[in-house]
Amino acid sequence: MQTNWIVLTIAFSYLALLFVIAAWGDRRAEQGRSLVNSPTIYALSIAVYCTAWTFYGSVGRAATTGLSFLLIYLGPTLAMLSGWLVLRKMIRIARAQRITSIADFISARYGKSGGLGMLVALIAVIAIMPYIALQLKAITVSYGVLTEYPNLTPPDLSLQDFWNDKAFWVALVLAVFIILFGTRHLDASERHEGMVTAIAFESLVKLFAFIAVGLFVCFALYPGPSALMADAASMLPNLEQHFGLDQIPGGPLGWFGTLILATLAFITLPRQFQVLVVENVNEQHLRRACWLFPLYLLLINLFVIPIALAGMMGGMSEPDSFVLTLPLSAGLDALPLLVFIGGLSAATSMMIVETIALSTMVSNQLVMPLLLRWRSLHLDPSRDLSGWLLGIRRIAIIAILILGYLYHALIGEAYSLVTIGLVSFAAASQFAPALLLGLYWRGASRNGAAAGLLAGITVWAWTLLIPGFALSGWIPTDFIEQGPYGLTLLKPYALFGLEGWDIYTHSLFWSMLVNIGLLVSVSLFSRQTHMEQTQAALFTNALRPEAEMAAIWQGQANRQELFQLVQRYLGKAATVRLLGVEPLDRHDDSPATPAMLAAAEQGLTGALGSATARILINSVVRGEALDMDSILSILDNTSQTLEYNRRLEQKSNELSRISAELRGANDRLRELDRLKDEFLAMVSHELRTPLTSIRAFAEILNDAEAMEPEQRQHFLGIIVRESERLSRLIEEILDMARLESGRMTLSPERCDLSQLTRQAIEAVEQLFQQRGIRLESRLPDTPCPVIADPDRLQQVLINLLDNASKFAGTDTPRVFVDLTALKQRYEVHVEDNGPGIAVAEREKVFEKFHQIEAGHSDKARPQGTGLGLPISRGIINQQGGRLWVADPKTLTGACIVLALPSAPDETQEVSS
Amino acid sequence: MPEVLVVDDEPNILLSLEFLMQQAGYRVVTAADAEQASRLIEANRPDLVLLDISLPGMSGFDLLEQLRQSDATRDLPVIMLTAHGREVEKEKGLALGANDYITKPFSTRDLVSRVGTLLADHSSEG
Repeated sequence: MQTNWIVLTIAFSYLALLFVIAAWGDRRAEQGRSLVNSPTIYALSIAVYCTAWTFYGSVGRAATTGLSFLLIYLGPTLAMLSGWLVLRKMIRIARAQRITSIADFISARYGKSGGLGMLVALIAVIAIMPYIALQLKAITVSYGVLTEYPNLTPPDLSLQDFWNDKAFWVALVLAVFIILFGTRHLDASERHEGMVTAIAFESLVKLFAFIAVGLFVCFALYPGPSALMADAASMLPNLEQHFGLDQIPGGPLGWFGTLILATLAFITLPRQFQVLVVENVNEQHLRRACWLFPLYLLLINLFVIPIALAGMMGGMSEPDSFVLTLPLSAGLDALPLLVFIGGLSAATSMMIVETIALSTMVSNQLVMPLLLRWRSLHLDPSRDLSGWLLGIRRIAIIAILILGYLYHALIGEAYSLVTIGLVSFAAASQFAPALLLGLYWRGASRNGAAAGLLAGITVWAWTLLIPGFALSGWIPTDFIEQGPYGLTLLKPYALFGLEGWDIYTHSLFWSMLVNIGLLVSVSLFSRQTHMEQTQAALFTNALRPEAEMAAIWQGQANRQELFQLVQRYLGKAATVRLLGVEPLDRHDDSPATPAMLAAAEQGLTGALGSATARILINSVVRGEALDMDSILSILDNTSQTLEYNRRLEQKSNELSRISAELRGANDRLRELDRLKDEFLAMVSHELRTPLTSIRAFAEILNDAEAMEPEQRQHFLGIIVRESERLSRLIEEILDMARLESGRMTLSPERCDLSQLTRQAIEAVEQLFQQRGIRLESRLPDTPCPVIADPDRLQQVLINLLDNASKFAGTDTPRVFVDLTALKQRYEVHVEDNGPGIAVAEREKVFEKFHQIEAGHSDKARPQGTGLGLPISRGIINQQGGRLWVADPKTLTGACIVLALPSAPDETQEVSS
Repeated sequence: MPEVLVVDDEPNILLSLEFLMQQAGYRVVTAADAEQASRLIEANRPDLVLLDISLPGMSGFDLLEQLRQSDATRDLPVIMLTAHGREVEKEKGLALGANDYITKPFSTRDLVSRVGTLLADHSSEG
């Protein structure tokens, strides 16, 4: 027997040691030399699974129901062996989505549903409370055994004198410890390295203590394991039967039920999720944990049967205390203390992790969402609320432990350790369908998960929790036997007539049936929101390589969602161009590549600015605080406006472009109209002039009764000449019109320019002689081949000679024609010795109807029409040549130059 | 015998006008441009001017304007002759103070009668 103060001193010293270890772990983490970055620490921290229930209860269960205790450890072993598939996926998702608890995980999976998170958190608190009470009970009992042995008086549990209850103080001290190490600071990942270090240490302590007892029993109490077994075989006649499968409650079906329960609970218990998923620093650690943790379970269970047998052979009562009473009965002092410390470590590690996990859920999933919705608090979600968060967590930690204590003090007595544990397992396993199906089935919806959870937990409460309360004497028990209001179909231990199963398997069967059934059926018939679809895709595709790459963009996005998002703002064509993919099938869930995300962000930045683009991409990639639907509904309005604006702008741009074009066209038309008017006026003026003379003289002749024949002849001559002029004018106007409309048909052929010039000179020779103008020329003897319409070319040459004759000097009029061969062309210079053309006038002479004032008015010379030069230039231009006014070389007057490109070499061929 | 000044740069038209005026019994002087006409008006003080609008250099309008600005020639009857058939030209001529406006080609009888009427009006007024 140990004195109280020694036990208390050692117990609190142990807790103090935990402080030191946790502080050390935290310090190392801050220094960047993390202790927990080790697969061994990870595996040991998972051993938080082994609570006081394992430490004391396994032996108790082995003593009462044989091998069934092993199922509680076979389940986690199975779960761990499949860990590389399932757990790795969860870890990766948790990292990408910054998951803080199982409630957060399930909420995140189902479109970040706040309601679902709340439900999970609430169920977890209710389900785990007895489990915490169980740990307190174990501490109290073991303390009682240690200090009172051999007088085993069950501790008097009531709220009176609670300050004398060690369990109360243990709870309070633990609360302080957890507050210190669980809520020192807020970490985005909710990782607590110091705590994990301490937990790993505690796992070693409890293993060491238990093995120590086992070795003591096997080798000190008995000469060896085989001797122990031999003794047991002789002393316990029903041994074979005791450890047979029949002994397991519910028989083979009970095996199966308990195994499944343990497997599921291993993952879904909040503390297990915390150490397995949230506290994991490196998914590669899973590799070692996959075998190290099962090994740990093997070791801690190795001596369960020997200890149980020894206890049974010793005829001891209270099998849950065999671990402690066996060394005590041997009169040892140190070993019972070690055992007590081992049990304490098992209990405290569980309480620490569980409380942290629960307080995180309570603050994140229950309290904060309510506070943020409670408008009177005026909490601005954009403000830093970390102070609030930490305060809430601290209060939650104290509240959870006090509630655990109350549960322990008020009803803890009614249940055995194992019973309490399994009831909690059964509640926690209700998370499994939503969690595991959600990892692999995209179609699992929020409504389905909520319906399944609610129904499952209701069945759990009816088939396990409420009968438990009844058996504790809180409420009458007759409903267990007869069913509520005599409805035998609803008997909690024999629902719908299902009898003969153990209560856990029975409860598991019915709760899972309704849970999975509703999850699947409701999911099949409910529509998922945008956010749900995104999250479902992210969760189910978490292990795909593309998804890993997308993590560069701090998360992953669904390709189709991204496409739709970008399309909302940039339109379909631009989106296809930007992302390099065609519009996708609605059900396509392939993830977007990082390149697509980057391109999409860039594209949206261009349209909406970087901040908005970031928010939008964020909304598809992770969809953080705001849910997708609200973002989309807010932004759809914006985007519609944007789209309208974009279209309006497009239209207005188009309109202004068209109007500019119209203005231009109109200006051109006006100009053309003005030119046409001017041309018509000119033409009309030019036509009227000869017509006036013709009509006047015709009328004069007509009216004249008597006229001298010479005068008559003179007038008739005028009429003839003016008629010719009129005909020529009309011809020229038609030429001009043809040239301008591009309808002048030329028949170009290879011809000799010098020959054509000679012919032109011959044609005007007589006219020049009449006018007394000296015409000289210098023409080469060799042919000058050009490609031209010879008739038109000759017309031009004659026109130039005619012009020159009009402007040649008055005294000794001269015209000089010079044909020269240049490198690529031939030039014909027609010069006169007239007044010449001023430089400013040189281009104007090619305007229509531009009349050059002849320096003299010689009535013998016919007036020009003002169309000769424009037509000539038109004809020459059309044949690839040029016509311009130059400085005279030989004479002193005007000089018009006609240039034509020389025809490509060919066999000498001269056209006439 | 009234004297008529005929101004036109087109020699054949000038010849026909000269012949028509002589035949109608007027003394005729001719000018091929506005400057020459201006000089003749100052020197000969004709009773009527047949004035073509498109003339080389100074136009018929310019000459008319000049005539109307001078006291001596303000009331000198002027008949504009033009190959431009446009209304604006006609209005412009009348606004500048032309007494009549005849479009080319003209009817010889009409021209002679208008000249006669204008000369008669003017001599009775003066």
